[in-house]
Amino acid sequence: MFEMMILILDSTVRLSTPLLLACLAGLYSERSGIFDIGLEGKMLGAAFAAGAGAAVTGSAWLGLACGIVVSVALALLHGFASITNRGNQIVSGVAINFLAMGLTALLGQDWFRQGGQTPPLPVEARFTSLDWPFAEALRDVPVIGGLYSELLSGHNLLVYVAFLMVPFTWWALYRTRFGLRLRAVGENPAAVDTAGISVTWLRYRAVICTGILCGVAGAYLSTAQSASFIKDMTAGRGFIALAALIFAKWRPVPAMFACLLFGFLDAVAIRLQGQELPGIGEVPVQFFQALPYILTVVLLAGFIGRAIPPKAGGTAYVKERT
Amino acid sequence: MKLIRTLGALALGAAMTVAAHAEDIKPAVVYDLGGKFDKSFNEAAYTGAEKFKADTGVEYRDFEIQNDSQREQALRNFARRGLSPIVAIGFSHANAVEKVAKEFPDTKFAIVDSVVDLPNVRSIVFKEHEGSYLVGVLASMASETGKVGFVGGMDIALIRKFACGYKQGALAQNPDAEVYQNMTGTTGAAWNDPVKGGELAKSQFDRGADVVYHAAGGTGLGVLQAAADAGKLGIGVDSNQNALHPGSVLTSMLKRVDVAVDTTFKDAMNGNWSSGVEVLGLKEGGVDWALDDNNASLVTDEMKAAVDQAKQDIISGKVQVHDYMSDQDCPV
Repeated sequence: MFEMMILILDSTVRLSTPLLLACLAGLYSERSGIFDIGLEGKMLGAAFAAGAGAAVTGSAWLGLACGIVVSVALALLHGFASITNRGNQIVSGVAINFLAMGLTALLGQDWFRQGGQTPPLPVEARFTSLDWPFAEALRDVPVIGGLYSELLSGHNLLVYVAFLMVPFTWWALYRTRFGLRLRAVGENPAAVDTAGISVTWLRYRAVICTGILCGVAGAYLSTAQSASFIKDMTAGRGFIALAALIFAKWRPVPAMFACLLFGFLDAVAIRLQGQELPGIGEVPVQFFQALPYILTVVLLAGFIGRAIPPKAGGTAYVKERT
Repeated sequence: MKLIRTLGALALGAAMTVAAHAEDIKPAVVYDLGGKFDKSFNEAAYTGAEKFKADTGVEYRDFEIQNDSQREQALRNFARRGLSPIVAIGFSHANAVEKVAKEFPDTKFAIVDSVVDLPNVRSIVFKEHEGSYLVGVLASMASETGKVGFVGGMDIALIRKFACGYKQGALAQNPDAEVYQNMTGTTGAAWNDPVKGGELAKSQFDRGADVVYHAAGGTGLGVLQAAADAGKLGIGVDSNQNALHPGSVLTSMLKRVDVAVDTTFKDAMNGNWSSGVEVLGLKEGGVDWALDDNNASLVTDEMKAAVDQAKQDIISGKVQVHDYMSDQDCPV
């Protein structure tokens, strides 16, 4: 039973990582007042660029760089439409999702002729699992061995990056000048403007942060968790991340727990599929698949209380009436 | 003079029969979601069409649909342009083929993996359970733990047919074997989620399985990858996937969609076209298991003998592999 739990948690960590990265990405953007439903598209674009980059260069790091560049470019496009041109942020986000969906398939087909897939990556061109010191030696020690060798050790670098981003984001948001201003610009951009700080530049910096993190999330999907890009491989993870963000009321540490919860449900759904549960019998897998969404609604409605988005979210800042 | 005229008439007649024999056809293929380079089901169809082109020099048209609504459009579009025969790959095309074939009664249609009962439609279905039985036998023999796994794509009767045949084969070889079955999902997205496929495979490895068979299209690439990463064995499906991870793919269950497409085109060309249902099993060479340089070291002589024996038994009718689709139930 304990071993089973550890294995489920181990799988939870792997499945939560892309959600967590995308969720933190959305946090930067939304906290600055730019709603971003284009997380999915940016992740997909990055996954493709990382898969293609790693396949061509043979280096996971160059792949990651490609992913980040593409994701930041898409983020800047979103910024250009919604910050500079004051367009509707939702429309721009949807446009980015469609753009990424179509372009990745088209370019993939054109470049690699494998139906929108990128060629499978050799081991050297992927982020492979890192074994912590003494992991093998401690494996047989009860409890600690399982926790240390299975749960903590043996993930790839990007998993650790994702979880380290949580305290970093907390620090950046609540303990730095940039973070203070970022939060302010999402609540009351006029006040920030009055203080002589450029609202536009601040928001651009926020969407660049979003782009970088989405880039890492995408690279994780195509070069760490699997070994090639496959058409539409994000499979709605960007939207789940968005739900987690609302769930966490736009705060980094709760965001981590929300993502872990969704990852856990996913892991449980995978492990418990087709297995008999004592007293209940076989639970239809559809139940587990729907659970994250049901849980979001139920918990938001009943337990978490109102999730109030940043006050200036969704509206473009107009400096002067013309 | 008369003789020459007769000879001339004969020659002309002969030329005409030749012309009638090799009809001028404009064939077309419509692939299913997943695309023609999925290294699996659709790619097999592509291989068949390419073979036809190489053999006869006749060009063909093809189309990769991007969503469900394009099925009908694509078929109708090809039919309107006078292309015939039009081969639709995949059971999901059944409704579209039925509708469009009625609109164009003079156009020849063929559908793979489903049955459409119309006079101008050839339906090609495979006995996947027989091929799956063979790889089940192999999996059971290659497994050291006595536990083998199956990862399916979308949870539909066709995929359960694979699972059921596999299970029968595994249990026939080793009655104590445990077979874990997982389906990736219930929507079309289940064919394209390698991450989830990999997780499902890992979960089966954690439970002790050491050979995993997939019937999951693009999702299956994640399954084979997970097997290669974990040092276990995977089994490919539809096309020969042994070369994806040499040494880590035990074998592949071949479903000769390529032969079906090639034959359909050639039949239309040579005037041998027939409508109705064509069932391709082991006997007809429609399904088989793959052995090549990439997996030669994994398959022992003993395994080879056992699987050849099973193959003969199925062909001779001594072993009956239960078809899940016949009663929507698996006896084992």
